[in-house]
Amino acid sequence: MHKRLLLSLATAISTVSAAEIKVSVEVPRLPVAEYHRPYVAIWIENADGHVADLSVWYDLKLRDREGEKWLKDLRQWWRRSGRALELPIDGLSAATRPVGQHSLRFADDHPALAALVPGDYQLLVEAAREVGGRELVRLPFSWPVTEQVSHQAAGSSELGKIQLNIQP
Amino acid sequence: MLKRLTCWTALAVAMTLPLSAQAHRAWMLPSTTILSGDNAWVSVDAAVSNDLFYFEHHPLVLEGIGKAPERASAAPAGQNAAPARPRPANRLLITAPDGSEVAAQNGHVGKYRSVFDVELTQKGTYKLAIAGAPRYFARYKENGEDRRWMGELAEAAQAIPATAEDLQISRMESRMEVFITSGQPTDSVFTPTGQGLELQPVTHPNDLFAEETAEFIFLLDGNPAAGVEVNVIPGGIRHRDELNDITVTSDAEGKVAITWPQPGFWWLEAKAVQEDGLEAPLNQRRATYTATLEVMAP
Repeated sequence: MHKRLLLSLATAISTVSAAEIKVSVEVPRLPVAEYHRPYVAIWIENADGHVADLSVWYDLKLRDREGEKWLKDLRQWWRRSGRALELPIDGLSAATRPVGQHSLRFADDHPALAALVPGDYQLLVEAAREVGGRELVRLPFSWPVTEQVSHQAAGSSELGKIQLNIQP
Repeated sequence: MLKRLTCWTALAVAMTLPLSAQAHRAWMLPSTTILSGDNAWVSVDAAVSNDLFYFEHHPLVLEGIGKAPERASAAPAGQNAAPARPRPANRLLITAPDGSEVAAQNGHVGKYRSVFDVELTQKGTYKLAIAGAPRYFARYKENGEDRRWMGELAEAAQAIPATAEDLQISRMESRMEVFITSGQPTDSVFTPTGQGLELQPVTHPNDLFAEETAEFIFLLDGNPAAGVEVNVIPGGIRHRDELNDITVTSDAEGKVAITWPQPGFWWLEAKAVQEDGLEAPLNQRRATYTATLEVMAP
């Protein structure tokens, strides 16, 4: 009895939580004389506000964590989440990335996905670049999904193509 | 209306801050109000000027910060002018999130501005405040001519002739504040002193965003003050034609709501006028509160 319950529970969990999301963020090539890789924050909000952080890219290599000085330039992320965190955080803090398309995969055991109750959400991607601009792109989505769903958006200055792929 | 306000501001500043007689708007401008990371410093300009936030008239001289310019204390030869009254400099009080006092560093007084730095070693909200002791101001007529007097209340009876007509004696109080947050905003520095006009945040002053509505409660002697006129002006006055200010009045709970149309540094001035219940010989009390607020782009 006990064993059967456990077994069915395990089956249920594996069925329900096979979900994963893939986020693809393009760092665009910009024709500027002085280029620095952007700081980027990727997080999830719902109508009530911040739900979970997925990733934040900033200069981790500067000594004395000096790179954190500019995190406030990701001003919405800083307000919604960053200012309350003790950085660096494993699995969240990451190095800045070069020009190109970057894919991130968040499996069902990621704390951000574990926090998602069924409902409507937005994926937010915010980029801020030293001696450059700042841009915030929002991508609405529903959770969970019954079949694979893709959402797309594009920034116009500091961000290129943003894709969100949700697996049931 | 606008003219009255400006005159009043000039008077209040002149009376409550030891500045030149024709002072205009007094302000502090921090390099930033929101900081991340551990090595957090701000640099602050302090000045008195017409336009915000341009240092173009007079430094705001602060006790212990830089070398104060020398005042002309003696009357020019051949003129029968009274010597300038020696006045104490404004005292800047910087309060850390844990309530301790922080010293300003690298103080300097230039022709048009004072400058100092503040190191924010703690996480949370700091307060920079300038609030002097009350000052007393009188206006009256003597032999049909307008006279003014300023000094300590105890000296008023001696200084003002018994024959003064239309005598009005006012007590002027002022407070000027700036808030700066490193990391997560905190509320510890908002504990009111209970003296004069003060701001009690509903919306944290380091969490202001354009197109959003911020709410503040104004306290007079620690109690919510109704009917306080609050005027906010966006910086950058020199490069536009209109002042673009917003005026609101506090409700019965002392509360005002301001929706910021644009990001940037804003100068807030609130004033409360009391004419009843004052002890003789006072027949008016004017309390002002000013703050420089940074409104972020959404």
